[in-house]
Amino acid sequence: MSITAEPPRQQFQSDANRTSTDAPRRAAVRRALSNYQTARDRTGATFTDWKSARASAATIKHEAVNHLDRYLEEFEKKFSARGGKVFWASDSKQARDYILHLAKEKNVRSIVKSKAMTGEEIHLNQALLEEGYGVVESDLGEYIQQLKGEPPYHFVFPCMHLRRDEISDLFQRELGTEKTDSPEELTMIARRVLRRAYVEADMGISGGNFIVADTGMISITENEGNARLTVGLPKIHVALIGIEKVVPCLADLALFLPMLATAGTGQHLTGYNSMYGGPRQPGEIDGPDEFHVVFLDNHRTRLLADPEQRDALHCIRCGACLNVCPIFKNIGGHTYGTTYQGPIGSVITPHFRGLEDWKHLSGASSLCGACTETCPVGIDIHHHLLHNRRNAATQKPAPGEQFLWRAFSFLMKRPALYRLATKFAPLGGMLHPLVQGSPLDPVASWTATREFPAAPAGSFRARFRAHTAAKSAALKKGGVQ
Amino acid sequence: MSPNRGDREAILGRVREALREEAPLKHPAERSAGGEPTTAHFREWLPPVGASIEERYALFAKLSESLRTELQLCADMAEVSAAIKKLAEEGAWKTIALHEGELTSALVPAFPAQLSPMVLSKGYDKDQLEACDAGLTECDLLVAQTGSVCVTSKSAGGRVLSVLPPHHIVVARKNQLVTDLSEAYASLASKYRDAYPSMISFITGPSRTGDIERILVLGAHGPKRLTVLLLP
Amino acid sequence: MRVTLFVPCFIDSLYPNVGMSMVHILERLGHTVDFPEEQTCCGQPPFNSGYWEEARSVAVKQLEAFKNAEVVISGSGSCGAMFKVFYPELFHGHPGEAEAKALSAKTWEFSEFLVTKLGVTDLGARFDGRATFHDGCHGLRELGTKQAPRELLRHVKGLELVEMSEAETCCGFGGTFAVKYPQISTAMAEVKCNSICETKADYVISNDSSCLMQIGGWLNRNVGSVKCLHLAEVLASR
Ligand code: SF4
Repeated sequence: MSITAEPPRQQFQSDANRTSTDAPRRAAVRRALSNYQTARDRTGATFTDWKSARASAATIKHEAVNHLDRYLEEFEKKFSARGGKVFWASDSKQARDYILHLAKEKNVRSIVKSKAMTGEEIHLNQALLEEGYGVVESDLGEYIQQLKGEPPYHFVFPCMHLRRDEISDLFQRELGTEKTDSPEELTMIARRVLRRAYVEADMGISGGNFIVADTGMISITENEGNARLTVGLPKIHVALIGIEKVVPCLADLALFLPMLATAGTGQHLTGYNSMYGGPRQPGEIDGPDEFHVVFLDNHRTRLLADPEQRDALHCIRCGACLNVCPIFKNIGGHTYGTTYQGPIGSVITPHFRGLEDWKHLSGASSLCGACTETCPVGIDIHHHLLHNRRNAATQKPAPGEQFLWRAFSFLMKRPALYRLATKFAPLGGMLHPLVQGSPLDPVASWTATREFPAAPAGSFRARFRAHTAAKSAALKKGGVQ
Repeated sequence: MSPNRGDREAILGRVREALREEAPLKHPAERSAGGEPTTAHFREWLPPVGASIEERYALFAKLSESLRTELQLCADMAEVSAAIKKLAEEGAWKTIALHEGELTSALVPAFPAQLSPMVLSKGYDKDQLEACDAGLTECDLLVAQTGSVCVTSKSAGGRVLSVLPPHHIVVARKNQLVTDLSEAYASLASKYRDAYPSMISFITGPSRTGDIERILVLGAHGPKRLTVLLLP
Repeated sequence: MRVTLFVPCFIDSLYPNVGMSMVHILERLGHTVDFPEEQTCCGQPPFNSGYWEEARSVAVKQLEAFKNAEVVISGSGSCGAMFKVFYPELFHGHPGEAEAKALSAKTWEFSEFLVTKLGVTDLGARFDGRATFHDGCHGLRELGTKQAPRELLRHVKGLELVEMSEAETCCGFGGTFAVKYPQISTAMAEVKCNSICETKADYVISNDSSCLMQIGGWLNRNVGSVKCLHLAEVLASR
């Protein structure tokens, strides 16, 4: 769960210990992701030059994010000119209050929602339910998670960790349907239930994948058509979007939509990519009478103020970095305890919710770089994990650890002392007494699950010295030259 | 009363403050021979399509097949009518929703007797539309590179006609087929100038989901079937 | 050519054979091998833990030790990446920045040095057995080394090279990560090793000894039959 009583670090540690040894769940996640990988590789290969496409995408996002004020204002101007309303929310509460107030003012009873991670971020559903509004998630995966009473497991594939029999049991319990092991039948059950929700809802809430500045449009990417219906049928629409989601021009989407699809799901293009420029226009036959866009800051400006990591705001939330992450695959999405899981979540959460409480996520990485390699907008994800580690250690060094590294560097910057020490004991042996018996004890931690290499007869330097000596002796003896 | 814009000034202030120091550009797009950054030419990096109309059509057909869009070439309007009749009979359709349009309206007189048309106009009944067996629309463009149908609230009878009924039928002409999304956006821009319809949507295959074990299922919320009837 | 070896601390004390194999290979090719005794550790452990100041104090010593080197060869992709990629960042805006950039420019990962710089792929090695290759993440993604080690292994007589499905997947070592999050690290090792075992290889070869310590540690505890070898050890055998 994203809200737990336990401090985040402890929650992470104990959940990680449990999930990383849960073999069946790990296998299910790997199986689900292997389909993704095949599709992604195939579609990626159809690009004439993926790397250059990525550089173009990074350059465009760099332009957008580094001139964010200008583009947001441009969007607002265009969008308002067509009757849309823009509300700027500094934090979760302000965004929630605006939406709650709107719902009350317009006598809304039921709300249909299409996928919005920003909604998770500000705990919108909970707030709406508390005020007595019916809220239904319409994306299939989100709907399943809502029924299950769990946050999404993955911000693109919300219920990827569940097997079909678990979903069937859930539907049986919550909806009273028959047992089935067919994903198709399960999907049709949800389809039947949710179609009523669209028709009856008086308010639709969505997220948004792109804020298009030059034409004043919100672009939404999806596969199911649920967002099309959510934005199309109810008479009021609210799109809740992070301020960083800007692209300068509508034409830029010609690059971003295929890249988002390829990286996100391995499709050339997802099922529906729709751009909305405000409420129903004169002469049009349907669409909402009111279209509100809520710009959410919620500490994005804090990340923006860090030029070193600013590119983390280029993220288009494709989820690719989760899909290739060996940590994610082994501990799963809920373990992170965050709205945004996986590598990118580990980078941005400390900025959004505090470094001290969330720095452990940056530590829980082997820094393999698979995330950075796959990212379609070229974010230096794993290097930012290093930056977070550095910032955390600078801001508030951990006493035991700092002592250890001071001792380490004391030794390592004194080659003579290092040589002397290695003569008597291998490296591990030298430093071990400093931490033996403490939670930092690396030997105990290592040997619980792994063997330690056998100590060799002598160090490399000793052997190299002997080798050089033998060689010059041979030279002398042979009298060569 | 001026509208409530929330913390507009405060947020813009924080943004400007944050941007005072510039961020490095880590992956600069290479410059093309002309010195322009290649962002202006990103089409070159995307999947190739081919210049001729035949190549465009071949790719669109290939993608349609893998997307499970049912693409059918029709020599004339009579063939389009016949195709719809066949679908209606197979599916035992009772009602078909459509919008007024040059092609769609021309098809109504030829509908089989048991198929009643629901012509959408302002203020249609949502329940009635939801109960229709099929939706018939025109479109703005077809996109070869992605196998997509581009509809707008203007060209396709509003926002939901193309997505609420379980079977979506598109009637289009072959000359509406453009190479890629770049060309599609350029074409929309010249067609609508500054007065874009309030919705533009690229529809790529019938509605789909992979949410259960990443296994593909068609017809998650939108149409289970998408048929494109293509006139010369 | 005068080739200067960088033998990181843990290879020095735990895997001396790897260093000696590199010496033999380079000498056989007619190069003079040099080993500055002043070198200790690249500083990666404190660097990765966020203690950059401590890392810098160690790193300065390496800048000095390798100041006069013509080329610097590392037998560990990870420590090589520290010199090549992370030193310029570590010293950015600090004294030593120019030296760090210079060291970065002349540092090579071992296999890349042989194949790309020297243009050698056949070292006349002979090694009988079936083996699979593990790409160390730092070598693969920070340095871009993928084909060079395979190129070299293809020329080893008697060696049958089979690719595993998870060749590019991290083994879970990650330095202090392996001991700070042992459960996650071990789960990753398990995935890696299962993939190794699927190939029915007798040996797993890598260009990074730190990965091999992790992989070997898991294999020796759970499987026992598959052996770990550093690329240089295979290339030096006749
Ligand atoms: S960081 Fe990159 S790979 Fe990860 S979700 Fe964002 S855009 Fe996708």
